[in-house]
Amino acid sequence: MSLLIKSARIVNANKEEKKTQDILIEKGKITKIAASIKKDGAKTFDAKGLIVTPGLIDIHVHFRTPGQEYKETIETGARAAVKGGFTTVMCMPNTQPVIDNAAIVESIIDEAKAVGICNVIPIAAISRGQKDEELVDMYEIKKAGALALSDDGKSVVNSQLMRMAIQYADQAGMVLLQHCEDPLVSAGGAMNEGENSTRLGIKGDPGISESIIVGRDIELVNYLGGHVHFCHMSTKRSIELIRMAKAQGINVTAEACPHHFTLTDDAVQSFDTSTKVNPPLRTGEDVEAVKEGIKDGTIDCIVTDHAPHSAEDKEVDFQHAPFGMIGLETSVGLTMTELVHKGVISLSQMVDKMSTAQAKIVGLENKGQIKEGFDGDITVIDPDQEWEVTETDTVSKSKNTPFFGYNLKGRVKATIFAGKMVFEDV
Amino acid sequence: MSKWTHRHLVDLHDLSREDIEMIFESANSFREVNTRDVKKVPTLRGKSVICLFFEPSTRTRVSFELAAKRLSADTINISGSSSSLTKGETILDTAKNLEAMNVDLLIVRHPVAGIPRVLADNCKAGIINGGDGMRAHPSQALLDMYTIQERFGKIDGLHVGIVGDILHSRVARSNIVGLLKMGAKVSVCGPATLMPPGIESYGVDVVESVDDLIKEVDVLMLLRLQKERQKQKYLASVNEYSTVWGVNEKRLEAAKKEILIMHPGPTNRGVELSGDVADGGHSVILNQVTNGIAIRMAILYLLSTVRDEGLVSTQ
Ligand SMILES: [Zn+2]
Repeated sequence: MSLLIKSARIVNANKEEKKTQDILIEKGKITKIAASIKKDGAKTFDAKGLIVTPGLIDIHVHFRTPGQEYKETIETGARAAVKGGFTTVMCMPNTQPVIDNAAIVESIIDEAKAVGICNVIPIAAISRGQKDEELVDMYEIKKAGALALSDDGKSVVNSQLMRMAIQYADQAGMVLLQHCEDPLVSAGGAMNEGENSTRLGIKGDPGISESIIVGRDIELVNYLGGHVHFCHMSTKRSIELIRMAKAQGINVTAEACPHHFTLTDDAVQSFDTSTKVNPPLRTGEDVEAVKEGIKDGTIDCIVTDHAPHSAEDKEVDFQHAPFGMIGLETSVGLTMTELVHKGVISLSQMVDKMSTAQAKIVGLENKGQIKEGFDGDITVIDPDQEWEVTETDTVSKSKNTPFFGYNLKGRVKATIFAGKMVFEDV
Repeated sequence: MSKWTHRHLVDLHDLSREDIEMIFESANSFREVNTRDVKKVPTLRGKSVICLFFEPSTRTRVSFELAAKRLSADTINISGSSSSLTKGETILDTAKNLEAMNVDLLIVRHPVAGIPRVLADNCKAGIINGGDGMRAHPSQALLDMYTIQERFGKIDGLHVGIVGDILHSRVARSNIVGLLKMGAKVSVCGPATLMPPGIESYGVDVVESVDDLIKEVDVLMLLRLQKERQKQKYLASVNEYSTVWGVNEKRLEAAKKEILIMHPGPTNRGVELSGDVADGGHSVILNQVTNGIAIRMAILYLLSTVRDEGLVSTQ
């Protein structure tokens, strides 16, 4: 079965084409890119007027399998992913039980293959049970198919364990994704510490809980070598530290989420629990710093931290509500609206941060580019279509997002995974 | 005179200076009732008022309950432990259950900030915030301001100092909002570890030394210090707190002659203030308690007037 995309304006991370081209995908691979391709018997998709990018990648989502399937399953998560334009997602291991061994990794990969609409790769924990005590069996886990490790939801707090993890992971060829939060400093804070938390009377989590861990891990990598990737950077100071580290050649990378470049902690004033997220929404100054970091490359990628929670879980008071918001279906819209259309980054930079750079960071081969020989994972976007985010259109099993009612510009029109049309906006 | 329009009392932010003056005027008339032999008027006959308290509180609850009873309302107390309203039940369920009970006014105290606001947004009954987390305690601030007004005949132009654990204090936050609205100057003072970030944004001064503050102010409000702050590492010790921030007769020598000493209670004698200051001529701590009932009667009365019209218009 082959698929022929006609009149595609291809945007790769290194080049935004001016002229349209045709793309032929056969047996799941991109076999030919040319001004005009004819192929008998191929299914065709007309991309006239649309931009065509490498399949988007999100190395930070939560699909809640195993254990909390009432919030999201591999299947519902995968449907939200492809609707959002993603062909590869990596799901975090803070499940019940924690994904910390080869058997669970294999079972998730099998389940995702059965769903078959996108590539779902589990991330395993760094420490067994995410208990911050012992390292997981990294070689076994890698053999089972995971590429990266994270104790996401919390930090590896024990500095000695983190030291060992960096050395061991470097040798085993695994990437460490660090959720940066010193829990003794965040100490139960439910929102950003500052003027708003003072006025609302909600316990605050100061930005330093994040930058303390960022600073520590930069020091560890500087000393040991290896690589640490920083999850969901939210503060100006963290980004400054990463900028300095990169300038000194220290091998760290970083990601940011759309909500952290779109919303400030003013959004919490309504006590709407869908605005409760970890790290918390910060100040306007932090939002500007995140944008600047994305623009100048300090932030390598844009991820969603898609964190589904059921209405019942979120319909409690702010202090007791769980952290997290869904994000897969709004990521392209928010990134285009807030960054591309406002001139912060180009379309090529968007493709880099939402696909190419992520493939490189976790070592996904043959993904992240539209190139002959690469996987036939493609996302088709109408950059100018305006649309409203609504609950009824949301396919994720959970509906916890503060963005309902937002008008966005830029919409995913089709998602192609291994040459198969897995989503089409009709 | 302008007209009372609020269905709920969640936060003093929502009130204008005229609203606050209206509460004071109404309290003036109820204060007279409280000195009668038979302390009862039929103002709220047939109304039901529920005190829904998720935090132990004798003072505020008793004060509200007496206020409601003296207005002839039917009152029910539900405390956190005896009600079904625990963490498992969602806020939306809570609001719906309360609606179904057809209560007129609901006084809510909760350890979590924002609960009364959420209930007010989802509930047909009038919601009175009896204190939510660290956020707001509007009836306390109103009775404090009323006590100041009673003594000085005004609030505008006075300088009020608030001393202690500002970080955890809803009493401080509500007083700051209310006093600034009424034209007072407000300064806060306390350990840096217990000073919330961004407090200056309210428009208050942060004063380092209690002795500097005492010289300047017309009113000194002392906040209750929870002893567990020492274990939580905010303080080196309660003893040191009383040495550095506690108010005693010696310290008061530098104060203005007319200075008022206030405390929302219950006091820790020997910590926030010495016994002789608590019982001394400057202290209005018991007046605050007395005025609390009149102020709460005024709140219940004014809110109930809006409920009635609301019900009529929906029929
Ligand atoms: Zn995280």
